[in-house]
Amino acid sequence: MEAGETLVLLGRSGSGKTTALKMVNGLLLPSAGEVSIEGVRTTAWDLIRLRRRIGYVIQEAGLFPHFTVAANVGLIPRLEGWPSHEIDTRVQDLLTQIGLPPAQFTTRYPRELSGGQRQRVGVARALAANPPLLLLDEPFGALDPVTRVELQQQFLDLRDKLGKTALLVTHDVREALLLGTRLGVLHHGRLVFLGGRTEFLQADEPEVRAFHTCLSDSWKDRM
Amino acid sequence: MSSFLAREIFDLTLEHLFLVGLSIGIAAALAIPVGILLTRRALLQRWVLGFANVMQTVPSLALFGFLIPLPFLGGIGKHTAIVALVLYALLPILRNTLTGILGVDPAVRESAVAMGMTGRQLLWEVELPLAARTILAGLRIATVTTIGTATIAAAIGGGGLGVFIFRGLASVDTTLLLAGAVPAALIAMAADRGLEWVEQKLSPV
Repeated sequence: MEAGETLVLLGRSGSGKTTALKMVNGLLLPSAGEVSIEGVRTTAWDLIRLRRRIGYVIQEAGLFPHFTVAANVGLIPRLEGWPSHEIDTRVQDLLTQIGLPPAQFTTRYPRELSGGQRQRVGVARALAANPPLLLLDEPFGALDPVTRVELQQQFLDLRDKLGKTALLVTHDVREALLLGTRLGVLHHGRLVFLGGRTEFLQADEPEVRAFHTCLSDSWKDRM
Repeated sequence: MSSFLAREIFDLTLEHLFLVGLSIGIAAALAIPVGILLTRRALLQRWVLGFANVMQTVPSLALFGFLIPLPFLGGIGKHTAIVALVLYALLPILRNTLTGILGVDPAVRESAVAMGMTGRQLLWEVELPLAARTILAGLRIATVTTIGTATIAAAIGGGGLGVFIFRGLASVDTTLLLAGAVPAALIAMAADRGLEWVEQKLSPV
């Protein structure tokens, strides 16, 4: 991956896209081949250190139900031993950036939030320690269509502002085209396509064509 | 005479509380760490739970009897009673510790690992707080049953409120039976309510 890009891995359920993502932060280790982060194989990294340098967002956010919003967002900075006033400032900052006023939200628990708000908190938590790389596993999958579009737009704004490198996994081809600077298509655990948006729309590979059929006419006109 | 009885009820109640308190304390100190360990060692689960299950099925009077001839653990007196009560209390605490920790939402556990928590942080910051309610429920079941079972301790010289019950049975004296049974029932109810309250206070989820 190149710094600053958003690589979207597109694939059907069971195509191996989540597995690929989990290999990046060492939740899974490769049984053959290797995955390197910053030039070092994941099997050689101290996994705790590695994971704290990578933001991780999953569907339904995976927030800690017994932590307040502030404690959830400030988790990695706290694990990293930041002084508490810096954590507070960082949490306030991030909540403001993702559109959840701190005065209202810091002391709430995840169960008191809507799905979209939880997902925003999940994104803020991933950004908290300012990691160079973000991993997102179907981050907007469980949301209603309107909220999804809002959060996708917010993701684009944040990405452009913060200049993060991101690896995002989805089965939604429209999301892939909207968010990805580069797209990869996985099929039965193999990468069958890798390239930019235009190349994706013109590609002749059967699995890519299968995804083309899910696109609306306005996209097809651009093919 | 009746003030003499009141005095004895008071003493035996204290003795009963001591038996139960110490037994539950030891059982919890054993079963909670072992339960945590078992969540990391799936192969051991069957063996240890099997042992605790068997202990639970031995009729209580018989278990007290079996312990008498054993060296160190057995004999006549309080320590034998405590050993038996500990063995009985293990299962509910052990099982609930295991259920509580294994019941933590896998997505939450995975995101804790993905955030770079160490094994120890995962345990103390995520698993135990989220399992606390279930573990405490196990402790509550163990406590309430032990309060009842501890009345049998008197059969092997363990003392406690069972002294009245055995004496009442031997002399067909309902007053003595009640002098043992009523305080034991009251203690059990109070413990149940008290621990229920703690359970609700403890966890925000």
